[in-house]
Amino acid sequence: MQRAKLFDHVILLMGVFIMIGPLVVALMTSSHEAADIHRNGLSILPGGHFVETYQTVLTKQGGFTGKITGLRMMMNSLILGLGFAAGKIILSMLAAYALVYFRFRFATITFWMIFTTLLLPLEVRILPSYEVMNTLHLTNTYTGLIVPLLASATGTFYFRQFFKSIPDELLEAARIDGAGPFKFFIDVIVPLSKTMMAAIFIIMFVYGWNQYLWPTLMTTDESFFTLVRGIKQILLVWVGSNIPDYNEAFALAILAMLPPVMIVMIFQRWFIKGLTESDK
Amino acid sequence: MTHAPSLSPTSAAPTTAAGFFRRFRSAPSEPHFAKRVQFSSPFLPYFFLAPQMAIIFTFFYWPSVQAIQSSFYLEDPFGFGSTFVGISNYTDVLKSTEYLGIARFTAVFTAVVTFFSLAIGLLLAVKADGVIRGNATYKTLLIWVYAIAPPVAGLMGMMLFDQHIGPLVKFVALFGWDMKVGLNYTDTATAMIIVSIWKQIPYNFIFFLSGLQGIPVSVREAALMDCRSGFRRFRTVILPLLAPTAFFLLIINTTYALFDTFGVIDVMVKDKAANNPITLVYKVYMDGFRGNDLGGSSAQSVILMIIVFVLTIFQFRFIERRVHYS
Repeated sequence: MQRAKLFDHVILLMGVFIMIGPLVVALMTSSHEAADIHRNGLSILPGGHFVETYQTVLTKQGGFTGKITGLRMMMNSLILGLGFAAGKIILSMLAAYALVYFRFRFATITFWMIFTTLLLPLEVRILPSYEVMNTLHLTNTYTGLIVPLLASATGTFYFRQFFKSIPDELLEAARIDGAGPFKFFIDVIVPLSKTMMAAIFIIMFVYGWNQYLWPTLMTTDESFFTLVRGIKQILLVWVGSNIPDYNEAFALAILAMLPPVMIVMIFQRWFIKGLTESDK
Repeated sequence: MTHAPSLSPTSAAPTTAAGFFRRFRSAPSEPHFAKRVQFSSPFLPYFFLAPQMAIIFTFFYWPSVQAIQSSFYLEDPFGFGSTFVGISNYTDVLKSTEYLGIARFTAVFTAVVTFFSLAIGLLLAVKADGVIRGNATYKTLLIWVYAIAPPVAGLMGMMLFDQHIGPLVKFVALFGWDMKVGLNYTDTATAMIIVSIWKQIPYNFIFFLSGLQGIPVSVREAALMDCRSGFRRFRTVILPLLAPTAFFLLIINTTYALFDTFGVIDVMVKDKAANNPITLVYKVYMDGFRGNDLGGSSAQSVILMIIVFVLTIFQFRFIERRVHYS
């Protein structure tokens, strides 16, 4: 029995090593100088240039136009993550409220039209989506970055499912008290949904922050680049340099993963709950 | 599917036709009338639905219809209109040996990534569920990678497999394997597959672990009394109870491998797709944006739509029927 447990720990530690090892290496290596990395390879020990590298990455103007800083990209990522999460929650709560709490004529068809969006990912319609954005003059805008990503119904179904689990008696009681649809929504539904909203917000923020394909298509103007979008540019600039800026690349990767990783770590419980329960 | 948020985390958002099916399996015949009491108002529900519907129409239905439409046209390369060409975009695509090669690679890539990320996720979940000491710590450490975007994972992969400084290249060199990621087709494919698996393990781990922890203690104790062999107990009792989770994950992982790995591939092949392995989604992107072949790219989009659609329906109808639900 004792030996079996030991073996379990060995497997788990190997798992942790594989999952976390690359992250530690990235963090440690980012604190060395580029020439040092070029000579000695990656490192698992901290070097002396941590502050320096991160300062450079955050404030140095770079990219092809020489105008975009890491700080700016970070702000864009934040705008995308927060805007997407907030938009998702507002849209899907309203739509789910209509679907669950109202009897109306086109309910069935509306329901299926929303459901269909779950079947086809953005990736299969990227080119026509891009054309539509061009027609609407939304390329290189925050609207163009955020709003089209909202065109999927995941959030709507999470909330719909949740609203259905709210006891009918609440609505009956509210109606006896004379509450109308708006009052019921704001005074009963919203407070009851707080945990659900928080869980979905976290998941959606991480999802928005990590978007890559859509920002790649939508933004050619570097001042709209997000961190994740910027990764590709960094790699392109590298090609051809004698000693690639490994340290700066790693530092950018660390910056790009830091907020989502922190959020998952801090809100782990909510996060797992939101993820596993909303999908069941 | 992750289309949208799928929450793949990044992709990870499960997207979730699978979840949808699961949820509504019980009452598919009447999906809407959830409440005995409802408001009735002639225009209010439309008011609440308007923002969502407007966005779905503009950014989902409009482009989808456009994709289908332009797949039947040949765009003039200089932008002077387009000609109706019937299904020739489709026949061109399906006859191209290049496309079929990419399709074959996509199938292998998807199968390998799905299998290993599920297997490793399950193994770690079973072990984490079994140990008492350090359980929470393992859990926290094992799920971090979920939060990392695929292109960032790709960048890490580029470093670890770098020709000059990559420790993994040095490691395999000990066994005589001269790995050249970015130059050699098989080597690039191997690196892409490893990074894609790595990225997806935490997602599967989370779901398997929560599935395992949902199995009642009484069931486990009964199994323990009936059967001494840990492996047999796992195979005959625990595994069937995990089947619904595994089924759900199978769909999510397939969509992940097909679509969400775009970022990994884009970073690792760096636009030099010529000698490097790419997937079907990447091909749609290359032809549409680099090759300016609107018709061909649209035809490929429609083919992908059909694949996703069939896959979802097939997995739902066929596999789910064999899965045991408690």
